[in-house]
Amino acid sequence: MTRKTPLYRWIAARFTGHLLAFTARFITAVRAEWRGIEPVDKQRVYFANHVSNADMPMIWTVLPHHMRAKTRPVAAADYWLKNKLRAFVGPEVFNCVLVDRRPDARTDDPMAAIRDALNEGSSLIIFPEGNRNMTDDPLLPFRAGLYNMGKSHPHVDLVPTWVANLTTIMPKGEVIPLPLICTVTFGAPLHVGENEDKDVFLERAADALVALAPERDL
Amino acid sequence: METTTNILYLFGGVVAVLSALTVVGEALRGRVGPGRTNPVVQTFLTRLMSWWIMVILFTITALLGPVALMLLFAFASFAALREFLTFTDKRQADHLSLALAFFVILPLQYVFVGYDLTGLFTVFIPVYAFLLLPIVSALRGDHNRFLSRVAETQWALMICVYCISHVPALLNTKPEGDSGQTVLLIVFFVMVVQIGDLMEYFAGRRFGKRRIAPSLSPKTLEGMATGIACAAATGALLSWITPFGIGAAAAMAALASVTGMFGNLVFAAIKRDKGVKDWSHLIPGQGGFLDQLDSAIFAAPVFYHVTLLMSG
Repeated sequence: MTRKTPLYRWIAARFTGHLLAFTARFITAVRAEWRGIEPVDKQRVYFANHVSNADMPMIWTVLPHHMRAKTRPVAAADYWLKNKLRAFVGPEVFNCVLVDRRPDARTDDPMAAIRDALNEGSSLIIFPEGNRNMTDDPLLPFRAGLYNMGKSHPHVDLVPTWVANLTTIMPKGEVIPLPLICTVTFGAPLHVGENEDKDVFLERAADALVALAPERDL
Repeated sequence: METTTNILYLFGGVVAVLSALTVVGEALRGRVGPGRTNPVVQTFLTRLMSWWIMVILFTITALLGPVALMLLFAFASFAALREFLTFTDKRQADHLSLALAFFVILPLQYVFVGYDLTGLFTVFIPVYAFLLLPIVSALRGDHNRFLSRVAETQWALMICVYCISHVPALLNTKPEGDSGQTVLLIVFFVMVVQIGDLMEYFAGRRFGKRRIAPSLSPKTLEGMATGIACAAATGALLSWITPFGIGAAAAMAALASVTGMFGNLVFAAIKRDKGVKDWSHLIPGQGGFLDQLDSAIFAAPVFYHVTLLMSG
């Protein structure tokens, strides 16, 4: 990543990253709660609830620098490649793993990029609901991706990550974000059991994630 | 010039106390032995570090003068409001009124205080915001828990913006026509409230027996009496930086201290109701801005109005 991009772009990306993290902290005083894991360097897949576009930057902000450098959010290619600014912020600032969500348009296996990233030792941030949750339910049904990652990379910790309060900070249809306090809670890591069925595992993962939510989010 | 010298004298005094405490803390940590930690000592040292930062920050702002103090307290209001509104009852219908609270009402309140528009800043939130925000929420047509949503938002504004803004409002009291003196009045207010709280805490732990509200707070009669007495003594000692005589300074300090302690009790009830231990984690070892400011919040408006009456 760093070798392919010119130095000035790399510096601009790091600077933008710090600026975004500072803004996130200033507005929402975002804070990590390490309930089930320690903030240490370990390969992990953070799977989180998804209610707004601010979810991913929030998780990214609370990760300490040494973890942030090795953590790559998995994000939609159609969103992050839409214009030049996004193409800079997504792939270069956040170092996203881009995945094509449109089954008809994509050419290669969408899981391939994710597998490559896991093979090179990166941690990932994923939103297993696939889309933003606009319903009153705490979570939408999980897609299979989380299960597949747990199957193909059994040594990687799957960490449930709840982003609290974002629905009130920026509800759908509002323009001005409220500067309320946002908390990112990391739960105890999960692994796919030896003979565990896909649906059983996905349900267990969803339960572990919802268990981290504060009462006012439910 | 005289104000600057006086602030530096007081800063020197506080630094001496903090240095002594730091030496004690480090000695205690040394006794625990290398490689091991004692949580009580660690908490004490973390709190002390926060105190150092707060004292230095406050001194710098006091030296910079009225505008800096105004900005400091406006920021404190912002941080406190953010903590309070995180836990209040609200629905999406309140989104616009909450945004107004943060981005319009809070800055306007400090502008009114800054320009000494007493007739405006004392009624702006209790009258105009009180009437306007429910209208904005009602226009969205959501009646669910309406009264509790509106009431909690109004409480948040009264506590976090209205009350806190009365600390920098002391700059406008101008006793004997000397405006430099009023910066020192803020220093006086902050110091007596904090010393009263600290002594109340220590005395209550050492020999406190009769709890005043057992289900809410560990506060005891003995602790409170000691705290108020210490605040009054500090007030008398510091009377030279105030427009008051020795007796009046002691009485003002005692008044600020006692209202502050009851404010602390009210906040304990609110926190218990909302199921939170600390409002946030922004000040290491001490919780949030609200945890730090709860006494000053209750004491400020009373102290301000009595000062006005006395300088009549």
